[in-house]
Amino acid sequence: MNLGGWIIMLISVGSVTSLFCWCIYKVLLTPEQEGDIHRFEIETPDTEHK
Amino acid sequence: MTSSFPKETWNSRIGIILAVSGSAVGLGNFLRFPGLASKHGGGAFMLAYFISFLIIGLSICWAEWAMGRAGGQKGYNSSPGILGAITGRKNLKYLGVLGVLVPVMIYMYYVYIEAWCLGYAVNFMAGNLEFQSGDEASAFFGSFVGISDNGAAFGFGIKQVGFFLVAVFILNFFLIYRGLSRGIELFCKYAMPALIILALVVLVRVMTLGTPDPGNPDLNVSNGLGYMWNPTKVLLEEQTVGGDWQKVREIVGERSLSNAVQEASTSPRMRVREISLPEQLTNFQLWLDAAGQIFFSLSIGFGVIINYASYLKRKDDVVLSGLAATSANEFCEVGLGGLMTVPAAFTFLGIAGATGSTLGLGFNALPMVFSSMPAGQLFGFLFFFLLFLAAVTSSLSMLQPGIAFLEESMEIGRHRSVAVLGFITAIGSGFVVYFSKDLKALDTIDFWVGTFLIFVLATVQIIIFGWVIGIKRGLKMANQGASFPVPKIYGFIMKFITPAFLLTIFALWTTQNVFGYNIITGQQEYSSYWKDLFIEPNGVARFSVLLIIIVASFIAFLATIANKFKFQNEGENKS
Repeated sequence: MNLGGWIIMLISVGSVTSLFCWCIYKVLLTPEQEGDIHRFEIETPDTEHK
Repeated sequence: MTSSFPKETWNSRIGIILAVSGSAVGLGNFLRFPGLASKHGGGAFMLAYFISFLIIGLSICWAEWAMGRAGGQKGYNSSPGILGAITGRKNLKYLGVLGVLVPVMIYMYYVYIEAWCLGYAVNFMAGNLEFQSGDEASAFFGSFVGISDNGAAFGFGIKQVGFFLVAVFILNFFLIYRGLSRGIELFCKYAMPALIILALVVLVRVMTLGTPDPGNPDLNVSNGLGYMWNPTKVLLEEQTVGGDWQKVREIVGERSLSNAVQEASTSPRMRVREISLPEQLTNFQLWLDAAGQIFFSLSIGFGVIINYASYLKRKDDVVLSGLAATSANEFCEVGLGGLMTVPAAFTFLGIAGATGSTLGLGFNALPMVFSSMPAGQLFGFLFFFLLFLAAVTSSLSMLQPGIAFLEESMEIGRHRSVAVLGFITAIGSGFVVYFSKDLKALDTIDFWVGTFLIFVLATVQIIIFGWVIGIKRGLKMANQGASFPVPKIYGFIMKFITPAFLLTIFALWTTQNVFGYNIITGQQEYSSYWKDLFIEPNGVARFSVLLIIIVASFIAFLATIANKFKFQNEGENKS
């Protein structure tokens, strides 16, 4: 692989990896909105009809 | 009856991000992307790829997330309901039919490919895949999938696909039956990290291959990476009688270059030529392939994201979630797939082994590569199990839009809708698997639904977002609850650039791949897909298209008669 190949590979892989890590960081560390608490939904429409 | 918020919900934000990225990450990330990048030269392809990502990928992704969540708040989870409810135009539910048809039809053949991945993983583990030649690998593949004759795929031995097909079908419907958070989300939470770890393990193996054959020093990992990523291409060309220069072969590696230069010096009609990055960018096919890869890789236009997002709550952050799911797909595609498969194939088989179709690379070339490397049995198993996990997370996402639609249109619960969809897809998959000769049914449905209709659906969605809902209202919908807003420039991009770019790509793609018109040479020959239907009729191809029409008619009929889809005034419904 020549120098140009190394540069393109490092820029491409580095940029998508950085974006991915930043997004995961934001998702994990940003608190969710107030009143926006998810619940574990067990009930389905079938069980509702019973 | 509609409610003010969706009945089922995701259990966590990371859960839906993994589910959406799981939907997007599939065989294309590890097989199709590296094949295209190496074909066009890494630098030029990546430039076109990232431009397409910014213009097409992010735009449609954010539009789908925003519309899906808005539809969910109005009590709809299926594409016909969502498009009808959020636009207040009842006829748009018929365009939404595509959002159910596309994933359901794709599932019918995708589950077949999913079974191949599991079958290859098990056969690697059992030591049945130690090929000495390409012919052996091709023969095994043909026998495994029943390519020789219709009905030949229905075998239940370890070296036939039948058992694996039944197993993956049951697994998919078991997970779907468990519901959104206990089935899809729970599976993706474990499968996606496992997939990335497996990919990293195989990647380390590939990066440490060195030069497996000292007698052929050009075949090494460094040159494999160079073949994939070098910004320039070096060709040995020969001049024809008419004066044109034709490619004899591509050159990678110092020894090959030295031989080519020597060969060219013996004849004035031969030359070694380097194609620069700017010259490659003038190749129209490169842009078409880059845009197509972004398009198919991100699961946009599948009807999946809009359905998954409908289970979000009002203030969930769709801008960050959309970007996170997209970036996870890009990481798997560029960061893992781009370093793994093509370099490995090149290192053992040279350029001839590293080029070819997605299925050729995956199920012919790579099994030979793993057969040739130390501990190949283990790494072959890991690689195909990785593909299997990627396929399951994708196939689950293809079922959920159908489940949501049946629940809403027939007013039945999940258990019954799973049974109905299971029946429909079992018939469809049975059709595809029975007509396995030359994979005709699979290929036909993949072309007309998995490629053609996806273009149509994505174009419909972005036009509805930018022009029917309106870009101001659309962005306001997207930015609700967002930790950072969609960049303002995207208002202009989503309204003008993305539809124009998509329509251009779609027109060029149809011109070339349906009507067979070569824009560069001006020559025309209808594609095999067109010929199969209208010029040299093929029964299986015609039945495949008939199957698509029957399923589409069934969905449209349900959308017409369903009480829940009888919208009245703009922004309201009767319920």
